[in-house]
Amino acid sequence: MKSSQNVSVSKVGEIPEPAPQIQDDRPGPQTDRPVAIVRALQKSYAGKPVVDRVSFDIRKGEFCGLLGPNGAGKTTILRMLVGNSMPDSGSLEVLGYPVPREARRMRARVGIVPQSDNLDPDLSVIENLFVYGRYFGIAGNVLEMRVHELLTFASLTDWAGSRINQLSGGMMRRLSIARALINKPELLILDEPTTGLDPQARHTIWQQLRRMQREGMTLILTTHYMEEAERLCDRIILIDNGALLADRSPEQLISEEIEAHVLEVHGSGVSEWCGTVELPIGVRCEKVGETVFFYGENLHWIVDRLDGESRLRYSYRPANLEDVFLKLTGRDLRDA
Amino acid sequence: MPESVSLAAARVFSIWYRNALVWRKSALRSLLGTFSDPLLYLLAFGYGLGRFVGEVGELTYVVFLCSGIIASSAMNAATFEGLYMAYTRMETNKTWESILSTSVGLPEIVFGEILWMGTKSVISVIAILGVALLLGLVQSWMAVLVIPVGFLCGICFGAMAMVVTSYSRSYEFFLYYVTLLITPMILLSGVFFPLSSLPDGVRLASAALPLQHVVIVVRALMTGSVELVDSVHLLVPLLFLLIAGFIALTQFRKRLQN
Ligand SMILES: Nc1ncnc2c1ncn2[C@@H]1O[C@H](COP(=O)(O)OP(=O)(O)OP(=O)(O)O)[C@@H](O)[C@H]1O
Ligand SMILES: [Mg+2]
Repeated sequence: MKSSQNVSVSKVGEIPEPAPQIQDDRPGPQTDRPVAIVRALQKSYAGKPVVDRVSFDIRKGEFCGLLGPNGAGKTTILRMLVGNSMPDSGSLEVLGYPVPREARRMRARVGIVPQSDNLDPDLSVIENLFVYGRYFGIAGNVLEMRVHELLTFASLTDWAGSRINQLSGGMMRRLSIARALINKPELLILDEPTTGLDPQARHTIWQQLRRMQREGMTLILTTHYMEEAERLCDRIILIDNGALLADRSPEQLISEEIEAHVLEVHGSGVSEWCGTVELPIGVRCEKVGETVFFYGENLHWIVDRLDGESRLRYSYRPANLEDVFLKLTGRDLRDA
Repeated sequence: MPESVSLAAARVFSIWYRNALVWRKSALRSLLGTFSDPLLYLLAFGYGLGRFVGEVGELTYVVFLCSGIIASSAMNAATFEGLYMAYTRMETNKTWESILSTSVGLPEIVFGEILWMGTKSVISVIAILGVALLLGLVQSWMAVLVIPVGFLCGICFGAMAMVVTSYSRSYEFFLYYVTLLITPMILLSGVFFPLSSLPDGVRLASAALPLQHVVIVVRALMTGSVELVDSVHLLVPLLFLLIAGFIALTQFRKRLQN
């Protein structure tokens, strides 16, 4: 596992410099310091370790994916990062502020999209944005302008006066993201922003997130859609059972952790047929229920053999992030 | 650091403002709710029962009762807000969780919520005071001071309710608090009948709780018989406010930022 390059900036366990005297909503002076510095972060619930000595840095402008199976500890890490969950040990610094000590001031410059929507159901769409802005101390014309910008951004202008429970899941998600942008954050943290959304909504959100990154924002995203992570993220932090498994770019993960190609075969009699294939060195075979997966640099010769088998269906493709994810975290169900 | 103080005040106010905005949408309905019950008690007991009771001390029964109703409805308004409404915002709607993603900290949420609970008490006090004025039950201009006393009563009982909310896992839990503490307190704090008719032990127990002291001060203000020493009574709700506010904050921290 490769650790990130900026370790020298802040050593493990070292208490970070106190945050500079910054007004609540003014950007800080240091720009080359990592946006987030996480060192040996540890957290247990009821004696069970949920986050286990996790360390990483997030650099400015990065689009970072935090991946892992259900219960891996992603949400817990994000909650600690923004100061809403207390670590048992380790150190955290975000945007130059030590967390949780200065978390409140730090949050003035961060946007948070929670895993489950917590829009205010007592307020209308537009009031949700207004009231949220006031929590950041934004008021008057500035707030008025931003609220209308964000309504347009979320394509909710026609729904401004609607109650939250009249919105579809996709609209709520869009509003949650818009709400998180009300303070013009430098760091945006999104916990499964596209779960449960249709392809149209997902593509819209992807485009918006990409644009924000281009405009200089740093983003941290969790998702269970590997395709999404592969498309969006410059960097994948993979955790399982609370511990760091990998920390690399999606391209590196795919080229370094798994064979180049995957052949999936399924259909009746697949097990018997599989017995007839002799595997050379460098080709891996994995049976999952009624499906057989082959992994190797070149599997054309197996595909050729399949052409005679009319009962079997197959797909032959380059390996992707999902294959890496399953290889590194295993195929067992997590909360069973 | 006057600027950081004013910023903190603005954050506390943003919590208050959110609740006020929601309240305003259904103000008429809410007013009717907070206001019809105590009014019915005042009219039915004050004039109905009052005919049999005659006078309490030098006061007609309805005048005696009016002060008690004002104090107890201030308590009820804040208690309801601190139990059911605050629990809904915290647990059911996760509104506090969303606020904790902003520049507002947990102490500011708790502070702002308690201020709002005091405001709910003030609204109810003003409503009943208005009716009392129309009925000719207000005997002194000092009665305007009932409004700040009602506010103190509200923030005190709001904070106490928040302690219960901070431990609660469901709405059912609130019934224990209301049945075991709030209702007996209404009955034994000189709202409906004078404290002198209580056995010594009960009177002492009741004196250890805030409502009795609020009733005494409100009654003195309403009848114009208030003296400076009466303000000592206000120390009891103040003490409860401080202790309850501290416990609630500590417990909310454990619960929401664990
Ligand atoms: N407040 C809590 N009290 C007790 N256990 C908790 C608490 N929060 C999380 N956990 C446990 O910690 C573990 C990690 O949870 P977490 O929500 O961080 O996982 P996750 O990676 O976000 O999962 P998912 O992908 O399902 O959202 C889980 O086993 C969960 O049950
Ligand atoms: Mg999660």
